[in-house]
Parts: sequence; structure tokens; C-alpha cells
Amino acid sequence: MPLMHSLARMEAMAAGRAQPLTTVLHRHLSRQPLVLVPLTTAGEVGAPLGAMLGTDRDHPLLLTVPQPKDRDLRFTFLSDLAEALLPHLESALEETEQVREDAEVCTDAPQLLVPNAPGAEFVRLLGRSMRFRRTAEEDPQTPYPSPARVPLLGRWLTHYGERARVPGSSLLLSMTEVLTRHWATGQSSLEDQHLGALLAWLRAGPEGGGDTAALEVETARDEHGQLRTPPSGPSTDPAFDNRVLAPAVDRYDADLPGSAERVHQLLGGQLRPVWDAMWESVDLLRRLPEGERIASRWESDRWSYTAHRDRLRAGEPPQPRRDDAVTAARKLSVRERDQARLQAQEALDDPLVMAERRLAGEAFVAEVTDSWMTYSQGRRPMPRPVLALSTEDTPQWAPGARAYRVLPSGAAQPAEFLAPEDEPADGSADESAGAPGAPGELRLRLTGGMGRAKEPAPGSVPEVGDRVCWTLFEHAPRGGPSLPEPEDTPWTHGGPPQSGTPLPEPRTAERHGTGGQSGEAGRTGGTGPPGVTDPVAHSTLPDPVTAEDLL
Amino acid sequence: MGDVRLRRVKQLSHQRGTESTGADQSALRDRLAALRGPGRQPRPLDSRALTALAANPGCSRRALLDSAGVDKAALAEVLGAPANFGQSQFAFARGHAFEAGATRDGGAELVRLLCAHTGQAPPDPQLLECPDLTAEGPEGRIERTREALALAQARGQTGAEGGPGGWSVLLHPMVRLTVAGAPVCLEPDALVVDGDGGVTIVEIKSFPILDGSAAPTKVGAATRQAAVYGLALEAMEVRAAESVLLVCPKDFSNLPTAALVDMRKQLAAVRRQLRRLTRVEELTAALPAGTSFDLDLPPDRLAGAVDSVPAAYAPECLAGCDLAFHCRSQARTGNDPAVLGRGTRAELGALTTVKAALDAAHSDPPPPEPSDPTHPAGPSDPPDPAVLALRRAARLRAEVLGGDGAAGADGAGPAGGGPCR
Repeated sequence: MPLMHSLARMEAMAAGRAQPLTTVLHRHLSRQPLVLVPLTTAGEVGAPLGAMLGTDRDHPLLLTVPQPKDRDLRFTFLSDLAEALLPHLESALEETEQVREDAEVCTDAPQLLVPNAPGAEFVRLLGRSMRFRRTAEEDPQTPYPSPARVPLLGRWLTHYGERARVPGSSLLLSMTEVLTRHWATGQSSLEDQHLGALLAWLRAGPEGGGDTAALEVETARDEHGQLRTPPSGPSTDPAFDNRVLAPAVDRYDADLPGSAERVHQLLGGQLRPVWDAMWESVDLLRRLPEGERIASRWESDRWSYTAHRDRLRAGEPPQPRRDDAVTAARKLSVRERDQARLQAQEALDDPLVMAERRLAGEAFVAEVTDSWMTYSQGRRPMPRPVLALSTEDTPQWAPGARAYRVLPSGAAQPAEFLAPEDEPADGSADESAGAPGAPGELRLRLTGGMGRAKEPAPGSVPEVGDRVCWTLFEHAPRGGPSLPEPEDTPWTHGGPPQSGTPLPEPRTAERHGTGGQSGEAGRTGGTGPPGVTDPVAHSTLPDPVTAEDLL
Repeated sequence: MGDVRLRRVKQLSHQRGTESTGADQSALRDRLAALRGPGRQPRPLDSRALTALAANPGCSRRALLDSAGVDKAALAEVLGAPANFGQSQFAFARGHAFEAGATRDGGAELVRLLCAHTGQAPPDPQLLECPDLTAEGPEGRIERTREALALAQARGQTGAEGGPGGWSVLLHPMVRLTVAGAPVCLEPDALVVDGDGGVTIVEIKSFPILDGSAAPTKVGAATRQAAVYGLALEAMEVRAAESVLLVCPKDFSNLPTAALVDMRKQLAAVRRQLRRLTRVEELTAALPAGTSFDLDLPPDRLAGAVDSVPAAYAPECLAGCDLAFHCRSQARTGNDPAVLGRGTRAELGALTTVKAALDAAHSDPPPPEPSDPTHPAGPSDPPDPAVLALRRAARLRAEVLGGDGAAGADGAGPAGGGPCR
């Protein structure tokens, strides 16, 4: 945790209320997000217990499974879930804008909000459990055919779950992660996973009291030993499982009238408080002004959404169980680049985040105390103005290191640090400007962003007296070198896929939009059957099923 | 957040052995029994509790209470800060059913999974033995396990008539490890002794291996647990294989699948951490006279007894220790920065309370030293770098947020944020 965050948390502790970590919103928040609060059965993987979902806070849809061990009931649940989710996920498929002659991108993308990181992980898991299933129509031989549209939902949820791992992406957001990005509470990040407790700190007014309210949320139980505020899922409270849910499920097994409704009602009781907390969180986030560079990151999300749409339309198989070496390396490199880009953009959008970088010596605010013109040595001398700066910050610089600032046009202007002995030849530096090399006195030579003329474009050189924020990091970090095609996978990574069948055309290979890329699109759908070492891992065959698939 | 509900799957219901191995041991045992309260059965430690303890070796409170076999859950209840976890019966039922399925047919399935990973030829089912390990009391079970293990290794090394050695599967053996001077009985899921007399520890877990990978935190916990068994076997002079066979459900099914997980690192780590645990004798010696953790005592006396043993609280305790809520509220009252995480406490260095850190952050820098060539650094001590960094951080925050950046400043709440540019 950066020191700035530790300080904010300590201040929150002392004040009994959350403290801001940002001054603007750093994640895209759709006008109509779909909130999804899932519940899972303890100890079972891929056995959902229920979910509350919808785009209208007053009318959530509650879906439940009265007996999670029953495959048919689970299929009914998944089928209902598909009917409820797919219209939202498919709502933005048609409206596109033409970016280039051969490329169009959807103008919007549907957004999913879940309570916490395990919730987002559960969405991935649900996707994984559904995408290889086959319907009776696709394969009459398949045992236990799945309802229509369930495999399709699996592919969408897989895509959203996978996209959520890309730094700065907003297709699938975990609420506790978004809130803790913007505010610091007086508790640890582990305790922040509880949406209710987190909100208790955020709700507290100037009089404080967030600590006691959070404790109340965490621990207060009613006379039946049940938590007054249920956990934010997807796991349920063991006391609820043992004392409330299990007897109700037993009654269902005994075929008692009204027992299914009872389970439905009980699960609704667990979900509704989390549902309300989700919308309260949305309200809190909406009060923040949007960061300037959110839109460009959201554009990447739109590209990712469009790429998935195109894969579905092209009839590509579901995402493989495991990525081949090249796809995995591509995803990793995209995520690294996006991480760097996110950090740069958040700092540029938000002076409070920039303050963290200034504290770390990765940026500094300085006043221009003097400036004089020099020219480059080339055949066509270009202006290379030198600025004398005075700062109270402590940038970690070395002669020749790069610094950047934002020009009024929004573009980045590069400059380089000069060693203290790089005095101007004509000695025009004003002695009173402070000796270079003294603490806080710096020399920068602007190396670009001034137009092509012999004189710098107006406004492209800071004036004496201006206070300018410089960063030592790039504003638009680029990824590393390009990776080989899958056919050229080096032997160190298992060699090319040894398959007689040709690889499907990479219909959805990386596209480079203006400022936005297709995210991790790569060729996730691209591998043919036998992979490198483990044929099953790369196949898209359904999972083997047993008569009794859960115990 | 580890899976808190899976902790303590197996709690041994038997008492720790009563066999006396020396006058010191017996004196210590009497002392611990007195701490627990007269006539109380000790709550047995299991390997999960051990690994949790080893993960926080600096916590004397936990080391002492666990060694004395005090029921920490009940203790927390009396102190008014019960832990928030238990185990869901759904998870419990699933775990048991899976284990029963994986160990059926005398462990033939376990042997098959092991052979698939080691490349050994699976033995003739006739040559596979699954000795009965039931015996009276933990001491009896440990003795029985020792015999069965020796026999199994002998069987493995001397195959019948020069043929391949026989294999054995020991289901739920019992082994003993001395932790912080007190003996602890442990029950591994299974041990497989192969045709060469080699012993492999088997750990059966109900989290899935999905597409060849499992949750790293859970695998890590399972491996550390197996490492504790490995140490216990070492104490019995049995060298187990350095990889544990982790048996888990495959994907979404109930079919068992397995992975061999190297546990050399965990063995070294657990061994080191267990050695670091302050010896219980020293902890008991440091207690005030008359200290008791008898649950029948009035809560304030119990609280006093608990608080007389120092704890090392960290948020991670919440996932594994019954007393965590008590220690947390104490740490909060004491303004301990550890409530925000171990990292925060480490960052603050000599500033051991939140108040001290905030005071330092909002303090004014000392006036510049008068330039004195004989004392270029000034007469005072060099400033604490943590203080300097905090002061800078507070100044930068205040610069952006307006106001003095002090706690509770208006506009610092969620609704505010203040002018930012």
C-alpha cells in the first residue's frame, strides 16, 4: 500500500469516516448498468444458489435454486439467468460507428456490476461451467443437454470475467474494488471486501462513527444467531446455511407445500440488502466528476465487446479451457501495457493521484524561474528551449532522463533533464534563478511538442512564473515488441500447435482503433483441437458428465 | 480471504496422550492443564491450526492458548467477541462425500492417481493392502500407525519371492509432532507406501482442480498442512516423499483428480517457523501467578488473563483465529497501525501508534538549523525518514484537498472532495 493510502486510512481511522483517495471517478459507470448479486452453495463449485439482478433498483429479479444438488433445477436457474442477462448483454450489438473503412466498433457496451472480487470470479466460473455445454439441438447424443442459450451466456460471462482482469477495464466491475479505489476506510483491505462494512465507513458523516457502524454490520446477529447484515456473497454465512437454509432445503426434499417459495424468500432476504448496498454505491460513485481519460479506456472496452460479438457471429468455438502460449503471452503483454496506461492516466486526471506519484519521486510540480532558447545541432536547427525550474518535490532524475507534461492541446510534451554543468553557452541564465544543482533547482530542455517551425508554436513553451506538473513516466505507455503468430510458437513454449487441421482465420485479431485497442481480444477463439501438451485443455469438447455430478 | 469455513474439517475428539516422557514434560502438562481449568479436556490442535500458528509465529497469545488446548471459540464467546466463521454443513457434507469416494476400495483410486503421476506401474490389486489402524486412544493409534508403517515399508522392500513389492495405503493414520514443547496429534488423510518402501503423503481436498489449475491460496494451505505431516513423519524417522499428492475433484464433477505438489519449500518454512515459536515453558513462566483461562471465570478476569499474554494481531488473523475479533478490538483501542495491515505497521517504523503517525504527519517541520559549519547536520538527531515521508504525504494531500488535510476536514468525506485543480 502506498504511504499516501496508509496515511488516508489512518486519517479515516482517526476521523471515523472514509477519506478520499481521488478527486474524480476513475472507472466508467454506464447510465444503465446491470447489477448482479450471485450466491453460491458452500463447498460446491459451479452450483449457484440464487441471484438478484436487474437494471432497475426498484424491481430486481430474484432467481433461486430450491435444491442446488438437483441438476434440472440448476438448469432451470441457468436458463432463466440467460433469459434475464442475454437481452442486456446483447443490447448494444447493433449500434456501431465506423472507425475506418474496414472497422466498426459498438457505440456502447453493456456493463455488469457485482459486489466484490469473489463475485467477479464467480461470474467467470459460471461462464466456464456453461460455455462447453451442448444443447439437444446442437448434439442429440449429448447426455443431459443444456437448455438453449445457456452455452451462449457461458461465453459472454467468460468474456466479461476475462476482461475484468484487464487493468482499468469496466465491462465487469467489482463494487468493493471500485469504492476502495476512490476512498480509504479505517480498516484493512481484507475487511473492505465486505460491501456493507465498507459502506458503513462511507456513510459516516463529519461526526464519524464509521468504525462502530462497520463493526455492527460485520458482527451484529439477531436472536436466532443470524447476521443482521448478510455478507456480500457469493458465499453465504455458515450460520444461515446451517440453521436456516438447510432445514428449508430439507423441507423441499420432503416435498412439503410452499417449501420452494420459502427457499426463494429466504435467499431473497440474503440478497436484498446487498442489492440495496450496490445501488447506494452507484449513487456515491455518480457524485464524483468523471475523469477525463475514462472515455479512452471505455473505448478499449467497447472494442473488446465488439471483438467478442464478431467472434460469436463468425461461429467460432467457445473460448478454450487454456490459452495457447502465444495467446497467453499476448494477454499478459496487453495487461501490462494497460496497467501502465491506467496508472499514468489516473495520475494525469487527478491531482490527488498525481500527488502519490510526486511523493514517490515519479512526478513533480515546478515553477519556471527562467528560460532561454537553444537550437538543435541538425541540418535544420529546431528550437530546444531550456527551462530553469524550482520545485519542492523530489523527483528521482538523472541527466538525460525524460520528463513529460500535458500541453494545452492534451498531447504530451517531452523534455530531458540537463546535468547541472550544462550551462547555456551565452551565459544568459539569470544568476538569481538559483544555482543548478542546488536542491530543488532543475534544468529541463524541451525536445518536442512545439510544432515544425523555427519558432515554437504559441503556448508550447511555459512562461517564467508558470507552475507546471511534469511526470517522469510516459503518458501513453506502449507495449513491448510484437509476439509471433501461433504457427511460429518457439519450441521453448511447446512449438506450434501440432494439428493437422488448419487454424481458423483470426477474424478478430488485434485491431488498433484511435487510442483504443481490442483489449485482450487476441485470438482467444483461435486454437484448433489438439494443443501443445494437454489436448483436453485446448479442446472445446463438453466436460465429461456423470449421472450424479454433484455429491 | 482464505476459505474460512473450511478450517478445522477434522477435529480430533480424543485427548492428547497421557504417556509421560519425562518429568519436565509432565510438569508442563500439569501447568497447561491448570491454565485450562480443572477437569477440562484440552482442545486438540490440528495441522490447520498449526499452519495458522506458524503463519503468525510472533503471536504468544495464540501459541500459549493453543498449546494449553483452551477452546478459543468458547473463550471468544465469553469475551463478547465471537468469531464470525463456522462451517457450512453443505461444504462439510461435500467434503466428506468426496473423501469417501476418493478413498474407496482400500485406497486403490489413490494408488492409481499416484502411479499416473509418478509413472510407476500400478500394483496388482491383490498386492495392495489397507491395514486397519483403529486403536484405543491417540497413543494407541500412533503406536498402531508406527507398526503398520514399518510393516508396509518392509513389505514394499521385500517383495514376495523376489517379485514386486507390495503396496499399502494407510487411511487416517495418526502421527505426533512436538510443537513449542507440547505434543500434538495429527491425522493425515492417507499415506501411500509404494513397492519400494517409499512413503507419499496424500491430502484430499474438496476444492476443484479446474482445467488443470486450482486456487493458489488453497493449494498453498494444503501444501503447508502436508508439510506439517511430513515433519511429524520425520520425527518418527520416516522420510516421506518431498511431493504431496493433492487429490481434488476434477472440474465440476465429483471424479477425483490429483497433482503432485512439491513441498520442499513449505517443509523448510514450517520447520523454521515452528522452531521460532517461543517455547511454551517460557510463555507459562512469564505469566502472572494465578493466571487461568478457565471458561467458568467471570469475563473480566478472563479478559485480564488473555490480555496478560501479548498478541501479534494482523488482519489475516480474521480468517483463521477464533480470538481475532477480540485482538482486533484491542488493537483498535490501542491505536495499533497493524489493524490496517502488516505493511502499514512496517512502513511506519518507530511510530508505533496511529496517533503518533498522524501527529508526525501534521507536525510542522523543525525550523531550519542556523547554518553552523561545525554542525552541518544540526545538533539534533537525524530526522526519522518515516516522519519526513509522512509529513510530505500530508502536505501533498492538503495541497490537493484544500484545508489542512487533517482528519475529518470538511469536504473530505465521500460527498465532498473539494476543488481539485
